[in-house]
Amino acid sequence: MSGENVLSQSFEIIGGNFGRAGKASTTVKDILKELGIDPSIIRRTAIATYEAEMNVVMYAEKGEMTLRVTPEMVHLHLQDQGPGIPDIKLAMKEGYSTATPEMREMGFGAGMGLPNIKKNSDLFEISSEVGKGTRLEIVIYLNPKVKANP
Amino acid sequence: MSLYSHSIQINTDRCAGRMRCMRTCPTQAIRVRSGKALMLEEKCIDCGECITACPNGAIVPLTNPFGELTKFRHTIAIPSPALYAQFGREILPDKILNGLKKIGFDDAFDQALTCGEISFAIQEYIRDYKGPKPLISNTCPVIVRLIQVRYPDLVDLLIPIDNPREIAAREIKKKKARQYGLNEKDIGAFYLTPCPSKMISIKQPAEKGKSHLDGAIAISDIYGPLLSAMEAVANESYRKSLENICILGIGWAMVGGICRTLRLRNSLSVSGLTDIIKVFDDIERGKLRNIDYIEAYSCLQGCVGGSLTVENVYISYNKILKLIETLEFEKIKACPDIREVRKRYQEKYFFMEGKIEVRPLKPLDDDLTRAIAKRKQKDDLYETLPKIDCGACGSPTCLTFAEDVVKGEAKLADCVIKSAGQELSAAAPGRKSRIPLKGKEPCNL
Repeated sequence: MSGENVLSQSFEIIGGNFGRAGKASTTVKDILKELGIDPSIIRRTAIATYEAEMNVVMYAEKGEMTLRVTPEMVHLHLQDQGPGIPDIKLAMKEGYSTATPEMREMGFGAGMGLPNIKKNSDLFEISSEVGKGTRLEIVIYLNPKVKANP
Repeated sequence: MSLYSHSIQINTDRCAGRMRCMRTCPTQAIRVRSGKALMLEEKCIDCGECITACPNGAIVPLTNPFGELTKFRHTIAIPSPALYAQFGREILPDKILNGLKKIGFDDAFDQALTCGEISFAIQEYIRDYKGPKPLISNTCPVIVRLIQVRYPDLVDLLIPIDNPREIAAREIKKKKARQYGLNEKDIGAFYLTPCPSKMISIKQPAEKGKSHLDGAIAISDIYGPLLSAMEAVANESYRKSLENICILGIGWAMVGGICRTLRLRNSLSVSGLTDIIKVFDDIERGKLRNIDYIEAYSCLQGCVGGSLTVENVYISYNKILKLIETLEFEKIKACPDIREVRKRYQEKYFFMEGKIEVRPLKPLDDDLTRAIAKRKQKDDLYETLPKIDCGACGSPTCLTFAEDVVKGEAKLADCVIKSAGQELSAAAPGRKSRIPLKGKEPCNL
């Protein structure tokens, strides 16, 4: 999945930096608009990238998000260096959250972050190592009818 | 004939190519080519920022001249409530409406009444609404255009309740046609506008074939004649004049004026395009789903801040605010009959006549594979540019310049810094090294 037909761009996300939070997902959205991607796909990608980006900002030390766009799909890869998630099954449950009161004050921590990412993607993979970090893999197909193998 | 009409025109004879408009434009819709400003029709949302920015007065709003009133057998002025904010505190709407009849209009209609009705209609709509949130006000035509062009995925959030100026024009024309036995075509309804963008919503409505209004006249154009005419208008009693003001509608001239009347648990009022873009970005991320309704105005502080008004925006904002406070204090709560509004709401009286369509910006290429290739070329090219956004090439930023080159709308040689062969990295240490100028150009389509 490389070569001429792939647009690839990486974004650095800094943990705890709320001032710049959302920058990466905004850029991703702008790129997709420039490419003429369908608005509904952009909307889903915007929500998924923003939630993923905010997870890094809120919990991790730092992370990297890589966007790859091919004529078939939007592919996102996120790797952070942070505390990791001890129980992924629990973290994926709607309403489960480890957000601090401060984060809730800012409108986060409804326990919808990861479930929301999953809901908006066609393929979703998560793996985590406690004390090291978390890795996310998100795929959103551009033509919802053709779900080709990634 | 171009696809989109605009309410702004660039007079190339007067344009001195000073680029202020290009730097001011919030949607990067202006380029300077061969020393003259050029509007990219697809990107312009008619906000009018460039009109104020131009030092040469070369950018003009296309409002109707006063003289056009003679085309109709009967003329009606429908002033934006922002007009009421242009004069001193003791001059109330009654007097202003009477003044309008002295300067050439056969009639003047108080739009604040319709605004009040629509406040009720919006309440009705939101009460039963179950779809995605937040709903967004469609009163400001610039906001509607911004969504059509830059946020096409938000177009369904625009509330389908029509705006007051259209409903007011529709109804008053019907009424006057009956009253005077005239054909509706013989009646001219003119909006007295605080900004050029209303003109565009009349000439090319976002949702229907034809507007009910016949034109828009700039508040700044009628201000002088109106001020003199009002000297001859006898003063009504202050109390009686206050009683004719619709407390719900009068606030529609300023930011917060709509939300104030809706009694919602969660609503937002935003003004100024920079802030609105931030809020719309948040909506796209799914962040503001707990907000019911957003009123947004391109002009700071709302319509009172329009570029075709006369009074200082803070003074006029304050006049409306004080008027509302006075009405509250005096317990004067003239407003439309809510039962009547509910009845008409059921009859679809308040709904828009069509659907607002999107008009997203053209992608880099219609073919996705080629668009991806062009986007990569744009990135590569951008990396070789000085990134100081000097604008000398005629594009507002280095990034837009890269895009213009990739689209074939500008030539790489237009970058004076690259062409002059200056090595900026010496002057700005820490920057990435540049591709040597004599080397292979990264792209030249």
